[in-house]
Amino acid sequence: MNRLRALGKWFDDRLALGRLYDHTLGHRIPLSSASAWYVFGSATLLCLIIQLVTGICLALVYVPAPDQAYASIEYLDYVQPLGWYLRALHYWGSNFMVALVTIHLIQVFLFGAYKYPRELTWMVGSGLFLATLGMAFTGQTIRFDQDAYWGVEIIVSILGRLPLVGEYATHLLQGGPIVGSETLSRFFALHVFVIPGLLIGLLVVHIRLVLVLGISEYPEAGKPLDKETYAEDYEATVARSGIRLMPEGGGKDLVFSALILTAIILCAAFIGPKIPNGPADPSLIHTVPRPDFYFLSLFAAFALMPPYLEGFVIVYLMPLAVVLLFAVPFLSRGAERHPSRRPGAVVLVVLVGVSLVTLAYEGVLSPWSPEMDAWSGQPVQPQFVEGRSPLEHVGATLLQAKQCRNCHALDGKGGKRGPDLAGVAMRLTPDQLVRQVLQGGGNMPAYGKHLAPHEVSALVAFLETLHPANAAPARNSAQPSGGVAGQPDKP
Amino acid sequence: MEEHEHEALPPAVPPVSRRDFLFRLGLVLNTVAAAFVGIPVLGYIASSMFKGKAQQAWVALGNLDSFPTGQTRLASYRNPFTTPWDGATADVPCWVRRKPDGDFQVFAINCTHLGCPVRWFPQSGLFMCPCHGGVYYEDGSRASGPPPRGLYQYEFRVRGGHLEVRGGETPNLSEAV
Repeated sequence: MNRLRALGKWFDDRLALGRLYDHTLGHRIPLSSASAWYVFGSATLLCLIIQLVTGICLALVYVPAPDQAYASIEYLDYVQPLGWYLRALHYWGSNFMVALVTIHLIQVFLFGAYKYPRELTWMVGSGLFLATLGMAFTGQTIRFDQDAYWGVEIIVSILGRLPLVGEYATHLLQGGPIVGSETLSRFFALHVFVIPGLLIGLLVVHIRLVLVLGISEYPEAGKPLDKETYAEDYEATVARSGIRLMPEGGGKDLVFSALILTAIILCAAFIGPKIPNGPADPSLIHTVPRPDFYFLSLFAAFALMPPYLEGFVIVYLMPLAVVLLFAVPFLSRGAERHPSRRPGAVVLVVLVGVSLVTLAYEGVLSPWSPEMDAWSGQPVQPQFVEGRSPLEHVGATLLQAKQCRNCHALDGKGGKRGPDLAGVAMRLTPDQLVRQVLQGGGNMPAYGKHLAPHEVSALVAFLETLHPANAAPARNSAQPSGGVAGQPDKP
Repeated sequence: MEEHEHEALPPAVPPVSRRDFLFRLGLVLNTVAAAFVGIPVLGYIASSMFKGKAQQAWVALGNLDSFPTGQTRLASYRNPFTTPWDGATADVPCWVRRKPDGDFQVFAINCTHLGCPVRWFPQSGLFMCPCHGGVYYEDGSRASGPPPRGLYQYEFRVRGGHLEVRGGETPNLSEAV
């Protein structure tokens, strides 16, 4: 034992590990900072380490060239021993990392930990948050399946809307005028060199700031922050009741990180990697592109916002959101840190959170997208054709053949872009139905050129039967005769 | 030694030691070196920004016979400027409409909203986009949904019984082919 100690001392004399420990893992933090709420940052760091290790392994096999990228992913999944498992770890590691860095950001925001003297820590952390999202997007792109290809096309289209610089920005990102080999190489270089380098550099500064400024105390309501005495008070607190970050302060971090690691391993082993959905071949147009979950809310926002707002959002609002994120410590200057004394901050988190989750949920359903196969795959249900006349049957057939069902559901079956037609006869009179079919309007294209007059009559005759047995169809009150089903009133 | 050199200098000139001089010379030399490396690096990366129109060329889409009058069909062309490892990404699809009068319209596949691939439905004469629900009429004009304009159209010409388009650029709102 003595010999072992001597050996340790021999190394310590040369490497000064003891002194390094005193200034890093062994530095003293306030007792209240060893809170269970303070575990998200270290867990994010754990995810980063998993990503680095698995990422380097994946790069041993992956080929960043469009003609072989997809094949190399399939090789990883099916041929390379444990390739599927490392891909799964990398995929789930990225999901957890995005989630944890977001939770870390929210926790720091709610606890007011970004306030004096930690403004710069927050700004560097915001850079880390954006870099993590950048890693997520570029990673999803170099999977180079159909979602990836069209995801790039969408980003390029967004860039193309920038005034003046749009064309140059798109060419710079694509590495030329179309999405091709240089585009993939660029995203690969961003994913494995540029953004990780940035991430590690920012992380070093972030940790340096944590070590220099210490970890913020657990916030207390009614104990406002005083810039004059803060540094003194902090040092006094640490001197009075401080504990070392490791081992006393970091037990909760270690346990939480172990739980996260277990969750990632379980997800990877039992759910597996994200299976690519077909090679990135633009001529395979029967595809329904969807982003990975963290960009679903953005995807939904672009579907739901009024079109005239889109340019404004892209050019002003999205950059403004980034600027606001970095400027948080300078916009929120109150001395109170505890969330109970900062209702505005709580409301902001709830509002942004609810908006993003709601948008992401809408993104999963995407009711604004036509259901491209509904016209051929979802026949009119029997209850809507039973006992109908031959003319009405022709109308029901036309409803299928003209792709109406891609946007219009019947009793919930079919597209959700337009209104469900199950009770349409109660809402529109025959005249209004004819007008709507021929001229369109309110997001519906006009079918005037693609329906002969007798087809319109048949279609409207069928639509007129779509009302519950106990509810009368809509009538034009100005014409006592009303509309006879299938016989639109003559003007 | 240095003490002596300092003393030898005329008093009007501030004394510059050999160390100072070497340090400043080193800064200048490294700045020049950085420019020699940095400017080519910027040029290398930015060269892609200016490829645009120079990379467009006329490419064949197919025989005139393969586009029956009154129909709209999917065609694709090989991007005129490719790398050997481009694979399928260089096969660019487009919709070719031959109007009843025999004239052509060649539409880019990309929705003008955010670039997703639009699909043609001959029964209703509509192009529909699977992403955000943009819809276009058979002549490419906007019918409904979020798109800010009609479908992008390629320049085309007929040469020796072939339909050719001017391809090589993915259209978007800042460069509508």
